[in-house]
Amino acid sequence: MLTYAIKRIGLAVLILITVMLAMYAMVFLVPGDPASLALGPRATPELKAQLIARMGLDQPVWVQVWRFFANALHGNLGYDVWSRRPVLDQILQVFPNTLFLGAVALGWALVLGVALGCAAVVWRGTVVDAVLGILSVSMIAVPPFVIALYLLLIFAVWLGWLPAIGAGTPGDWASQFRAVLLPAFSIGITWVGYLARLVRASMLEVMGANHIRTARAFGLSELRIVTRYALRLAIIPTVAILAVGFGSILSSAVFVETVFSRPGIGTLVTSAVAKRNYPVVMGSVLFMTAFYLVVVTAADLLIARLDPRVRDVFRG
Amino acid sequence: MSSVAEALPASRRSGALHRLMRDRMGAMGAVLVAAFVAMALFAPWLAPYDPLKLDVMHKLMPPSLAHWAGTDQLGRDTLSRLIWGARTALGVAVSSIGLAGAIGIALGLVAGYGPRWLDMALVLVLDSLSSLPMIMFALAVITVLGPGKGTLILVIVLVSIPGYARLIRAQTLTLKNADFVQAERTMGAGPGRILARHILPNVVGPLVIVLSMDVPVVIMLEAGLSYLNLGVKPPEPSWGNILYDGYTSLRSQPALVIAAGVPLVLSTIGFTFLGEGLRDALDPRLKVGPR
Repeated sequence: MLTYAIKRIGLAVLILITVMLAMYAMVFLVPGDPASLALGPRATPELKAQLIARMGLDQPVWVQVWRFFANALHGNLGYDVWSRRPVLDQILQVFPNTLFLGAVALGWALVLGVALGCAAVVWRGTVVDAVLGILSVSMIAVPPFVIALYLLLIFAVWLGWLPAIGAGTPGDWASQFRAVLLPAFSIGITWVGYLARLVRASMLEVMGANHIRTARAFGLSELRIVTRYALRLAIIPTVAILAVGFGSILSSAVFVETVFSRPGIGTLVTSAVAKRNYPVVMGSVLFMTAFYLVVVTAADLLIARLDPRVRDVFRG
Repeated sequence: MSSVAEALPASRRSGALHRLMRDRMGAMGAVLVAAFVAMALFAPWLAPYDPLKLDVMHKLMPPSLAHWAGTDQLGRDTLSRLIWGARTALGVAVSSIGLAGAIGIALGLVAGYGPRWLDMALVLVLDSLSSLPMIMFALAVITVLGPGKGTLILVIVLVSIPGYARLIRAQTLTLKNADFVQAERTMGAGPGRILARHILPNVVGPLVIVLSMDVPVVIMLEAGLSYLNLGVKPPEPSWGNILYDGYTSLRSQPALVIAAGVPLVLSTIGFTFLGEGLRDALDPRLKVGPR
C-alpha cells in the first residue's frame, strides 16, 4: 500500500511540474510580448518597461521558471499586474465560495443521482427505467450555464424568490445558502444524470452476486435488497468518478459563477483573462490544478484501500 | 483483416442503421442532428434577415410575425442570428474535432507502435494535459493567444488530443502482437505499411464513436466561452454571444435569452442521443454495463 501511495503521489507531483513547464513554454512560444498585449493601445515605452519588470519578463527564461517554482513552493504565486495584490490572497479570499458551491452541487447530485439509479434498478425493464434513462442522458447533455440562465430568469427575475447575484452576506449563513441554491442546482444537474447511470450500471452488475441471490431467497423485498446490499458494492466506482466530478464541477463553476456574478475562482480567472492579467491566471491555474490533483490522488488512494485489486494493477 | 465496417456483410451494416432507427432515443437524436446540420448548411437561404443588419428603430422586440424570435438590442433578427449561429457551432465542432482526431491518431500510433521511451514520454505529456481541469487550461491558452475563433479551435484541439491518442495507443498496443500483424511483419512489411494498412483500419471504428460523442461537448464549450466573450467575437453570431446579449437584457426582453437557449439545448441533446444510439448500434462492447 505504501509503495502504491508513494508512486501515485510522485506521479501527481511530476504531472504538476510538467503542467507548469508547459504553460511557461506556451507563453514564450507566442509571438508578441504579454506586456504590450495587456496594455493594448495605451502602451507607451515607459509603461511597457515598467510592466515587463513587474511581471519579471526582463529576466532570462530559466530564471523566470526557477523563480516561479521557488516562489510557488513558498506560497507566493506572484502579484496582480494591476492592483499589485498577492495572487494567493485573492484566490484564498474567493476559493471558499467556489468550494461551497461545488460541495452543495455534488451533494445534491449524489443524493438525487443515487436515488434515481436505485429506482431504475428496482423497476428495471419497465417504463420508469426507460424514462429515467432518457432523463439522465438529457441531464448530461444540457449545458449547465443555459440552465443557470433559465433558472435566473424564472426564480430570480420573474418570481423574485432567490437572489440573482452574489454569494450572500459573509457570516450570514441563511443568505449564503439562498445564494448558492440556483448555481448549485445548475451545476449539479449534469452529475445527477451521470451518477444515476453509473449507479444503475454498476448495481446491475452486482445484482447477480451470490449474496444478493441469498438475500432474495430469504424473501427480502427488492427495494431493501437494492438499497441495503447492492448499493454498498455499487458505491465503489462512484467514489472514483466523484473525484473526477469535482474537477468538472469546478469547470462548470467558471461559467455559472459568471451568470450569477458570484465571487469565486471562476469569476476571478475569467476577469483576469479578459484583462490579460498573467500572474492571476497562472496562479489560479496552478492552484486549481494542484487542488484537482490532490482530490483525484486522494480518491485513488481511498479506492486502493477499499479494493486491493487496484494496487496490483499499478504494480504490474 | 480489414476495417470493421468492411468486414461486416452489407446486411449487418444496414442492420446497424436499422438498430439505430429502432432505438427511439437514437432516432430522435438523428432527427435533431439532421435539423441542426441543415440549419448550418442552408443558413443563407433559411435565415429571413441578414444576421448582421442593424435596425435600432426595432430593438428588443418581442416575438412577432415579422421577427419570429424577436430582435436584440441592436434590432438584429434573433432567428436569423440563431440560424447562422448553427453554422458557427458546426464549423468549430467539425474543424476542431477533425484536427484533434487526426493528431490523436498519429500520436497514438507512434506511442503504441514506436520505441518504449517515446511511448513513456508521450504518455506523461498526455496524462499531464488530461489531468488539467479543462476550462482552466483553456483559459490559460486564451490569455496567452487572445480570444478569437482560431484560439477557440486550438484550445479544443489541445484538450481533445489526449483522450483520442490514448484510445488509439491502447488499441495499437493490443494489435501490435496480433497474429495477422506478426505474419505481415514476418513477410517483411515495414512499420509504415503495417500501421497504415493493418492497424489503422482496425482502430478507427471506436474512435469515430468517441468523436461523435464529443461533438455536444465542443458545441457547449464554444457557446460557453463565447458567452464569456472569450470565444467567437461579436458581431459574428454564435449561440454563446447571443445568450450573453440575452443575459444583458434579461429584465427588459426575456424573449431573447429564452430563444437563444433553445437551439443549444436541442442540438446538444440531439448529438448526445445520436452518439449513444450509434455506440449501441455499432459497438455494443463500448456500452457501460448491461442495459
